[in-house]
Amino acid sequence: MALIRLFELSTIDIFAERMKAGDFPGALHSSEGQEAIAVGVMSQLRPDDYVFSTYRGHGHAIAKGVPLERVAAEVHGRASGASRGFGGSMHLFWKDVNFMGGNGVVGGGIPLALGTAYAAVKRGTDQVTAVFFGDGASSQGSFHESLNMGAVKKWPLIFVCENNLYAATTHVSGNCPIENIGDRARAYGIPGLVADGNDLPAVAETARTAVDRARRGEGPTLIEFKTYRHRAHCMVIPEHRPNKERAQWRERDPIELLRARLIADGLADQDELDGIRRECAQRLEQALQFMRQSRLPEAADLEESLYAP
Amino acid sequence: MPLEPAPLRKLTPIKAMNEALDEELRRDEDVVLFGEDIGAYGGVWALSKGLQKKYGERRVFDTPLSEAAIMGTCAGAAMAGLRPVIEIMYIDFLTCCMDPLVNQAAKIRFMSGGAFDMPITIIAPFGAGTCEAAQHSQSLEAWFLHTPGIKIAVPATVHDCKGLLKTAIRDNNPVLYLWHKVLYDLQEEVQDGEWTIPLGRAAVRREGQDVTVVAYSLMMHRALEAAARLQGEISMEVIDPRTLRPFDLDTVLHSLRKTGRLLVVHESPVSCGVGAEIVRQVTDRGFDLLKQPPKVLGGKDLPIPFAKPLENAVVPQVDDIVSSLRSMIHEAGR
Repeated sequence: MALIRLFELSTIDIFAERMKAGDFPGALHSSEGQEAIAVGVMSQLRPDDYVFSTYRGHGHAIAKGVPLERVAAEVHGRASGASRGFGGSMHLFWKDVNFMGGNGVVGGGIPLALGTAYAAVKRGTDQVTAVFFGDGASSQGSFHESLNMGAVKKWPLIFVCENNLYAATTHVSGNCPIENIGDRARAYGIPGLVADGNDLPAVAETARTAVDRARRGEGPTLIEFKTYRHRAHCMVIPEHRPNKERAQWRERDPIELLRARLIADGLADQDELDGIRRECAQRLEQALQFMRQSRLPEAADLEESLYAP
Repeated sequence: MPLEPAPLRKLTPIKAMNEALDEELRRDEDVVLFGEDIGAYGGVWALSKGLQKKYGERRVFDTPLSEAAIMGTCAGAAMAGLRPVIEIMYIDFLTCCMDPLVNQAAKIRFMSGGAFDMPITIIAPFGAGTCEAAQHSQSLEAWFLHTPGIKIAVPATVHDCKGLLKTAIRDNNPVLYLWHKVLYDLQEEVQDGEWTIPLGRAAVRREGQDVTVVAYSLMMHRALEAAARLQGEISMEVIDPRTLRPFDLDTVLHSLRKTGRLLVVHESPVSCGVGAEIVRQVTDRGFDLLKQPPKVLGGKDLPIPFAKPLENAVVPQVDDIVSSLRSMIHEAGR
């Protein structure tokens, strides 16, 4: 979680510097504040399980095990990036750990997840597929079609909704007429779980229930994690949310909650936690160094990029 | 003992496609087939008849009526290494799965820097002529030509229906395989056994001296009819591109060296259409070969209407091809 947090902060700094220099490096969607969901869900998955992410997916990629330097290089448009500089922040892919990509379309990854889940069934493996999306995506047709088809087929899927209260600038009450997005599962006859997305142990526990069910071949689960992004929807959209609300959620920051709990339970002391943070900072510095030393892609790299032989 | 020549038998496009699917399912365990009503029922066009029984429900199965979910499943399964084939009941319904097709399947190999291939085949019938009105009769190939990343096959003959489908399935990229509903009852004699046809190789269906007509799918048959009607008056060379991407420009240019005149015929709306693109490519590389301005005879810029006389009026008929050619030759004579 600390590593994701530091990565997200560094990315904002680097983008801001470039924008100050008159360069527009692209859209950046920070997941700061939502780290517990990425880490908690991935902690229940195996490297060969499939994960589909979103345009707010740096944390998902890092937690799934995409090499940090490849994430950094892609986000900053280098040829050594996870997607060779063709995808950028919104389209991180890494086949070795079945990280099946971010997605620039809200809800765009959900139907794709049906495909890897089906492939596992077809081959008789017990791999599961987790697909992440936000509260806004639960208003898309792709969400409903996919929950329905996944439920009809009993495919091994975990639909992970990160409800961070806002779809761009629209409050969730403008997207969903019921209290919990998780309750939408009932319409498809599958379990719908609702949990605190800022509480790492709660996330992991909830994810475990869903992963176990999927692995047993009993079908999909919809999970709604209540959370909050500390930053605006993306870097170029001005902040619009009430200061009070933002401050309240700052107090429920997932990393701070975990830190307090670990210390209270006597599982770690402040020195150890500071040590982890220093270690993460070091790893990040190495990754950024790799990124800076990597070349930019060239027009020649476009050759044979579209069609497979 | 001398080898007997392969016996001929009569086949329809559907039977040919069914054979292609059967052979490819048998050949490669990663090939899977799904869509609406294609399992036990065998497909509303009977495309998958008998295949579920033969290959099991894990490989050949029905889906809910959810085109976007079908297309998404298809793309995701390909990312996991399968080689899915799906049927979309009418090309018109591709509008319900534009995101998973255009934003996802067509771009994932590119966006992932080549990490994930997308070996999918989408089978859909298209075209007017069956009195099914504006939402079951369209020819939407130009849209997908405008989407880099999608190959497009448009078979006109029974032989090609089988050979192109097999190649489409073996191709490691998204292939949109479009067959024309009016060709449903077409019967042709073909040999026994297996064959494939490479994508991007046109066929010269009739040789001629005066004018090159490029026409695909049903329009290729109409062009041949027009050629027969104009026998002795205008000598037509008819080229069937068989695939629109890749497009075999060389065969067209080769023909134009002889004829110097080009007419492209298609039934999709003429504006910003396939013909406009073919003419662009021809003028780019073969302008000096042209004795007169190239022409496109396309569908009218209208939705497809229901009643037969209206429907016939919006897509090119044999008469339209004949009169287009006569006016071209007439212009040439002035």
